[in-house]
Amino acid sequence: MRPARLSVVTAVATLAALTAVTGCAEKADSKDKANGGPIRVTAKDDACEVSTKEFKAGHVELAIENKGSKVTEVYLFFPDGRIVAERENIGPGLKQKLTAEVKPGEYEIACKPGMKGDGIRQKVTVTGDSKAVAKRSPELDAAVAAYRTYVQQQADETMPKATAFAAAVEKGDIEAAKKLYADSRLGWERTEPVAESFGDIDPKVDVREDGLEQGQKWTGWHRLEKALWQDKKIGAEEKALAEQLVTDLTDWQKRVGTAEITPTSMANGAKELLDEVATGKVTGEEEAYSHTDLIDFKGNVEGAQKAYELLKPVASKNDPALTKELDTQFAALNTLLDKYRKDKTSYEFTSYEKVGKDQRKELSDAVNALAEPLSKLAAAVAK
Amino acid sequence: MADEKLAENTESESAGTPGEAGSSPSRRSLLGWGGAGLALGAVAAGGAAVALRGDKDDAPMMSAAAAGAAVPFHGAHQAGVATAVQDRLHFAAFDVKTKDREELIRLLKDWTRAAERMTAGQPVGEGAFGGLPEAPPDDTGEALDLKPSRLTLTVGFGPSLFAKGRFGLEAERPEALVDLETFPGDNLDPARSGGDLCVQACADDPQVAVHAIRQLARIGFGKVAIRWSQLGFGKTSSTTPDAQTPRNMMGFKDGTRNISGTDTAALDKHVWVSAKDGADWMTGGSYLVARRIRMHIETWDRAPLQEQEDIFGRDKGEGAPVGKAKEHDEPFLKAMLPTAHVRLAHPDSNNGATILRRGYSFTDGTDGLGRLDAGLFFLAYQRDVRKGFIPVQRSLAKKDALNEYIQHVGSAIFAVPPGVRDKDDWWGRTLFA
Repeated sequence: MRPARLSVVTAVATLAALTAVTGCAEKADSKDKANGGPIRVTAKDDACEVSTKEFKAGHVELAIENKGSKVTEVYLFFPDGRIVAERENIGPGLKQKLTAEVKPGEYEIACKPGMKGDGIRQKVTVTGDSKAVAKRSPELDAAVAAYRTYVQQQADETMPKATAFAAAVEKGDIEAAKKLYADSRLGWERTEPVAESFGDIDPKVDVREDGLEQGQKWTGWHRLEKALWQDKKIGAEEKALAEQLVTDLTDWQKRVGTAEITPTSMANGAKELLDEVATGKVTGEEEAYSHTDLIDFKGNVEGAQKAYELLKPVASKNDPALTKELDTQFAALNTLLDKYRKDKTSYEFTSYEKVGKDQRKELSDAVNALAEPLSKLAAAVAK
Repeated sequence: MADEKLAENTESESAGTPGEAGSSPSRRSLLGWGGAGLALGAVAAGGAAVALRGDKDDAPMMSAAAAGAAVPFHGAHQAGVATAVQDRLHFAAFDVKTKDREELIRLLKDWTRAAERMTAGQPVGEGAFGGLPEAPPDDTGEALDLKPSRLTLTVGFGPSLFAKGRFGLEAERPEALVDLETFPGDNLDPARSGGDLCVQACADDPQVAVHAIRQLARIGFGKVAIRWSQLGFGKTSSTTPDAQTPRNMMGFKDGTRNISGTDTAALDKHVWVSAKDGADWMTGGSYLVARRIRMHIETWDRAPLQEQEDIFGRDKGEGAPVGKAKEHDEPFLKAMLPTAHVRLAHPDSNNGATILRRGYSFTDGTDGLGRLDAGLFFLAYQRDVRKGFIPVQRSLAKKDALNEYIQHVGSAIFAVPPGVRDKDDWWGRTLFA
């Protein structure tokens, strides 16, 4: 992890957050009247009724009423799956308001009875001037939406693993905790550039001892890694840190869907995942005590490959030679990594301290071979 | 050879373009010149040619180097062999990672096009700025605003490239591209030895040389990977018979009797591979031996002056051979100790074996024991290694008194193909096409 580095994703996410805050606060009622009053959303157990499917850009208000029997939540989504605004925990029979600042374009309103799954969705159109909104191809919107789903899925799947890891620590079971450690990090490693975009979460969960700022308390995975492998003991402090880790990751899981993701940030995020490997994993710095670097390595590569595969339909039209090269290099790196695990489904990789100097050079060469063309993916998508 | 033609035309070239060589444009001002690069190279080469002929007058030599002129890239021979030795070096040996012959050829073509631009003082590809904000620029940019600095890029092919089952080149391997034996006293580090390909980057500005290797490495990722590389400074030999031979890290002038870059007869006899030599594709090329020679600096510095001078067979001040007054005086070998370095290395002691030396001093900081990790990065070009480096090194390794103070720690040999003729030609075409 690199807390100091403000990636494209971070910068845009911060900007989006600011816009959302000010947008909610300052607009007057007159704008609502331009839209003929609030948009009524009636949530039922099997329906999500919206009073109008078309409204004007600017300040909008959703007047929500839950007429179903389950607790529900209502979302306004961008076409790429990003959350514009949401309201959770609306009990049966309750009314809630949801406000948002929206630009012209296509959106979806979703009700989620029982607060689970994709929800019941309605397409809505926001009209008006669209000078600020860059037109994107539906293909790229689909890629972003699918990547957003992937990122959320990785966070969702991480939670039970992280909880199990924390439980082992809290029980004082060092051996069990060691076994669960690397796997609990995999989802994070796969989506690291997005995970890192929340500048406040990353330093809490993934900071290494050498990355601490003066006065910063060391928390998170690597602090526990040191306790398990180096100090070989679990005390009250470690137990508290395990609990804290789960709390911080829950925060990540809740917020990860709001990250601003664009096709170029996906492409450069994929490259950043390889950068992570090139600077931290291939040197063995990332997992200095557990030596589980190759599992993180694999996670980074998988995450990069996911982003790439989603962008590939567009990239291959713009730069077929590049996608051919990327296919070759992803395959080569994966083949090389397979040499360090029992079989192609196992995430039990060779301990990195057993990987010799020549082998590390070979891995480093393969990372460079992939990362260099990967750095050209953003250009191929942006063409 | 392009250099010579230009040398012949030096007077008119220089007269016709007053001030050009003296105010060579920087890389940045070259941006956008496009096709003007070649013309510029030719003009600037006028300055370089003056330097080659500057044996009787030091002034043009200085102005050419100070101007940072461009050395022409195209010619019958690769630049960087007979070219007047520049001040700085970045030498890189690469392993070829791809198994695809076509991909290797494509890389050599890409490298050639990049080398054409860089030696003319231009950035590679679309340049270092002004492109898509979301994508990294084609050129890394640290050589912007710097002059061409007489950059030469010279490519070579190692024996391993010709191995059976790799690129179908086993029948093309020249007999002269031998596997070097291990000489007595060698302590070779495999991590500093060998390589499928090499690129020698020489320039008067170290940043220009480093930039060039960096761009080629970057273009090559996935197809090749750097195996080892060496930075060099303070050229230790000269291919221009100027008044002063540079000193090595031991403080001595060594390599006084080197082949001059303008001595066509000597170059043809000892350096350039002839059509009669066997491998047709090597005609006009040369064979390069690279040796990283570590010097035990601290113990050398404690050696008495007399011992130092006896070991070399020269005096330390003037560099004159034993019993002579001036550096360039013909040495009387028998006056020297039988173990003296100059005596053992001299062609007369080795049946006339003559090599063209282009070595550089190096200092890679200090080793873990606080000793200066310094020495000579020895580069020698010759028509046949079996008649050049090998007999000389056999003789030296056996008897040279200097061996107490040096150790060969890296070693590599490369076949350096002939020059790139024009914009359609590429490095290695005679071998692969």
